[in-house]
Amino acid sequence: MSSTTVRQDQNGFSLAEYATCLNGIVWREALRFLHQRERFVSALVRPLVWLFIFAAGFRQVLGISIIPPYETYILYEVYIAPGLMAMIQLFNGMQSSLSMVYDREMGNMRTLLVSPLPRWYLLFCKLLAGTAVSLLQVYAFLLIAWFWDIAPPPIGYLTVLPALILSGLMLGALGMLISSGIKQLENFAGVMNFVIFPMFFASSALYPLWRVQEGSPLLYYVCLFNPFTHVVELIRFALYGQTNWISLAVVGGCTAAFMIGAIYAYDPSRGLIRRGPAGGET
Amino acid sequence: MTATDAPTSGQIAPDTPPRHDPAAMPALSVGGVSHSYGPRRALIDINFSVAPASFTALLGLNGAGKSTLFSLVTRLFGIQTGRISIFGHDIGLAPGEALRLLGVVFQPRTLDLDLSVTQNLLYHAALHGIARREARLRSGEVLARIGLADRAGSKVRDLSGGQMRRLEIARALLHHPRLLLLDEATVGLDVKARADILSHVRQLVTEQGIGVLWATHLFDEIKPSDDLVVLHQGRVLAHGEVARVIADAGADDVNSAFMRLTGAAADTGSPAP
Repeated sequence: MSSTTVRQDQNGFSLAEYATCLNGIVWREALRFLHQRERFVSALVRPLVWLFIFAAGFRQVLGISIIPPYETYILYEVYIAPGLMAMIQLFNGMQSSLSMVYDREMGNMRTLLVSPLPRWYLLFCKLLAGTAVSLLQVYAFLLIAWFWDIAPPPIGYLTVLPALILSGLMLGALGMLISSGIKQLENFAGVMNFVIFPMFFASSALYPLWRVQEGSPLLYYVCLFNPFTHVVELIRFALYGQTNWISLAVVGGCTAAFMIGAIYAYDPSRGLIRRGPAGGET
Repeated sequence: MTATDAPTSGQIAPDTPPRHDPAAMPALSVGGVSHSYGPRRALIDINFSVAPASFTALLGLNGAGKSTLFSLVTRLFGIQTGRISIFGHDIGLAPGEALRLLGVVFQPRTLDLDLSVTQNLLYHAALHGIARREARLRSGEVLARIGLADRAGSKVRDLSGGQMRRLEIARALLHHPRLLLLDEATVGLDVKARADILSHVRQLVTEQGIGVLWATHLFDEIKPSDDLVVLHQGRVLAHGEVARVIADAGADDVNSAFMRLTGAAADTGSPAP
């Protein structure tokens, strides 16, 4: 590739080199995903258990009134489907975060970080790769749900894609930010307790916000300010070919904020500087 | 390498990213570098350089600061004080240009055990922007050179320790670096595997003109014709040709020279002259 024929950025890298790097990182993530079939199965089983057992049990208890984007009464299973799609992405984002901590402890992360391409770009590629994996999981879930008579309008399968990409990026960036602050793999259990569960339960994934408000006005505000609520609502509206602009703004803003935070945290002159070398090294 | 070759921090202009003839530059230039982990000082005013097509041994006991220095050269850590440049490219100001010219083998294994030998190489190539077809060609070449061509499809998990190290060296060479850093690359290997790897790396110096910085705590890995940097408790105690370091220390061999230097440092609390 001649430097005279290929456009290069100010760092001296051509667009083809950036594309090759992205391709390589996504390819590696896909290979790892294929090697970990249990991860794929467990990522699907979790929301399906909620759908087939939890939702079936609560169908008679929780009535859902007609709220946008729905235009008629719906089954509880239909209501929680977007929340479960978001849950898949939430767990996937945290799984990516876990794998980054693991990679850092095992040393694999160094391979990525000593690449000459800009570090922000490497992290962004990693994020895109994780999002691509989460999309596969979500569409597999939608396929199974379709057999359970949970079927949005056909166009919804397409219109939900941009929402899933954005929410996947947001939750992946959150996971990346969290991973930058975790020094040991053992500390990761705390993420389950202090991030995943509160984010999921204090949201509109399982029950509409008006019902939460009736029960606890304080919890209502917690749910309202929880970015995960807006991930769920963005997906819910997009599944019916509509846009929830407030949720779009919140998810877009949070994606940018988490991404900037993660890039900042992984900047060698800031985040990593506080850490000593890996165990045994000096 | 001589003491006068070692740059000072003033020699690397901070505001003007160099655009020099790479052949005229030192492969690696470390000037006035210090680094601390909180209150603990890991490196104190480190100055030395590595010439192109030379083998420089970085000798120090465990805890001397070798891995910290490697983390700074590879930009895993930000530089707190001083300057590091690779063929004139400041690692802080022009990291892309500098890292393009650098191959590195870290002390811990950094291969993906679940991927095959070739897949590990292709991943590394992609991280350097090398197109897939070219990467496959280069992978075949480096695997043949290190004697792993028949294991190209094997999972890395199934390789021996020596084979993994050879693969890491092959991977570090895939993007045609001009400077190679190896951090205790022979630790945990048997005698034959150690000798093979050391011999292979020395060949890279003579045949391909690659500058090598070889961090070790093993005296028998150092030859009299090598350059030597003695690092102890975060300070450079001596640097120069091995024979000269031995003579300056008034010793008979590297082992006793090291003992004298580090003993002197322990007595005075400061670097030996």
